[in-house]
Amino acid sequence: MAAVPQIAAFDDVVTRPGRANIRSSLVRWTFIGISLLFLAALLLAPLATVFAMALEKGVRAYLTSFEDPDTAAALRLTLTTALVVVPLNTVFGLSASWAIAKFEFRGKSFLITLIDLPLAISPVISGMIFVLLFGLHGWFGTWLQDHDISIIFALPGIILATMFVTFPYVARELIPLMQQLGNDEEEAAITLGAGGWMTFFRVTLPKVRWGLVYGVILCNARAMGEFGAVSVVSGHIRGLTTTMPLHIEILYNEYNFVGAFAVASLLTLLAVMTLIVKTLVERTGYRRR
Amino acid sequence: MALRQPNVLPGFGLTFGFTTFFLSALVLLPLAALVLMAASMQWSDFLHVVLSPRALGSYRLSFGASFLAAGINLVFGFIIAWTLVRYEFPGRKIIDALIDMPFALPTAVSGIALTTVFAQNGWIGRYLEPLGIQIAYNWIGVTVALTLIGMPFVVRSVQPALLEVQRDLEDAAETLGAGRFYVFHRIILPTVLPALLTGFTLAFARAVGEYGSVIFIAGNLPMKTEITPLLIVIHLEEFDYKGAAALGFVMLVISFVVLLTINLLQAWGRRRHVQSTR
Repeated sequence: MAAVPQIAAFDDVVTRPGRANIRSSLVRWTFIGISLLFLAALLLAPLATVFAMALEKGVRAYLTSFEDPDTAAALRLTLTTALVVVPLNTVFGLSASWAIAKFEFRGKSFLITLIDLPLAISPVISGMIFVLLFGLHGWFGTWLQDHDISIIFALPGIILATMFVTFPYVARELIPLMQQLGNDEEEAAITLGAGGWMTFFRVTLPKVRWGLVYGVILCNARAMGEFGAVSVVSGHIRGLTTTMPLHIEILYNEYNFVGAFAVASLLTLLAVMTLIVKTLVERTGYRRR
Repeated sequence: MALRQPNVLPGFGLTFGFTTFFLSALVLLPLAALVLMAASMQWSDFLHVVLSPRALGSYRLSFGASFLAAGINLVFGFIIAWTLVRYEFPGRKIIDALIDMPFALPTAVSGIALTTVFAQNGWIGRYLEPLGIQIAYNWIGVTVALTLIGMPFVVRSVQPALLEVQRDLEDAAETLGAGRFYVFHRIILPTVLPALLTGFTLAFARAVGEYGSVIFIAGNLPMKTEITPLLIVIHLEEFDYKGAAALGFVMLVISFVVLLTINLLQAWGRRRHVQSTR
């Protein structure tokens, strides 16, 4: 009996080059099969459903669903929000990454933790904190009402909540990238007499451009798709304070499935485009750490 | 030590100032509002809200389903990461890119799509219904939704760690007669364990707070299929700001504990990495 395992081990050694024995290819195809089945059920089926449901009653019904004025209003509101939020968060991301990646200072890790915070807390809490500040029974509620300013259940609240949820994305792409690329070129530029802004625009920005592109695109996708935080501050006033994701919820709860999935198909296409950009950016040689 | 170390580059004052101002206004002030609102409650009122049977039921579902989903992802996320790192097959690059889909897809979209797929007449639900398995509108549906949104965290944590497993060690072990499971247990698992646990914790943290993709598939019955974030929303809709703040405070504390755990796990992973490359 003792000889058997030895022979088996010996066999294994002999067949090792190429690793083409039956057992290892069995393991290989089992792993690939499990992975594909898992992803097909959880990821591909829902993605395909979005388009199948949107086109269930034909292309015509799909296109007509965008003529609904409330749907158009939701589209406009989402675009407006993204148009305000994304540039502000881009400026923040550039500023934060410059401070964090180029300088050593006390409290740096605390700053980084603060930047990561929105990713760790529930979107519902992200919306709620602004309700507690500016809502009717919030800290500044009475003052705002006296001065006839509405933040909650209006555009400013939606912008604030979206900004809170999405500000980490640009910064989180840029900080590791800037740290990895180092300061040598910037220091050379400054030593040779270039000004700070010139160094930033002519040296740093070209260096990090692909990371910046992906950060901005991701920030935009999250800004347009945010549901939980915006849902808390929006008040769900149809045609007025419903962004695209909130409008999807309303249409879905009214059993208007073609309408709901038609809006959802736009956001799905946005997500697919975001992933394509990500893949292209990674192909330029820039690697996420 | 001075506030910052000397450096030839300009712009520290401007960028540091803007960053701290932005963070204070957008993050610290609103969070302080939450903590103050919770702190302004009587201790007994606070306990009454956070320990009410309805709240306890929501914790049970939120944390139970999140833990289960993160566990499922631990197993399948590892298998997927292994498949993507070790095997070459048609469509591998597309699958690799698709892993990030739950990051990019709005939660409301994945919510209604999952519900449709797993409902009784859905593409998958219709085959499970005759078997007596119902997924949509109960805790299983919640777990499915939380599995979807947590999946990329495990895969993306494990992938780089798997790339670092020293293949020559595996080969040496096999040459010396070690079996497949022995190699896995003694060489591969120790290398990827920190990454695996980090991915698990990240997936768990994300799942506990998740709202959009869950509420469509959950059914939302109090005590049974009501997640904690939904309970917060219900308190807010009833203008019970204090109750909402109390529940939010509990979740915030848990988020901090989870964040701390992640940092410790990552530090542990780095230490092990340094040791193994020495």
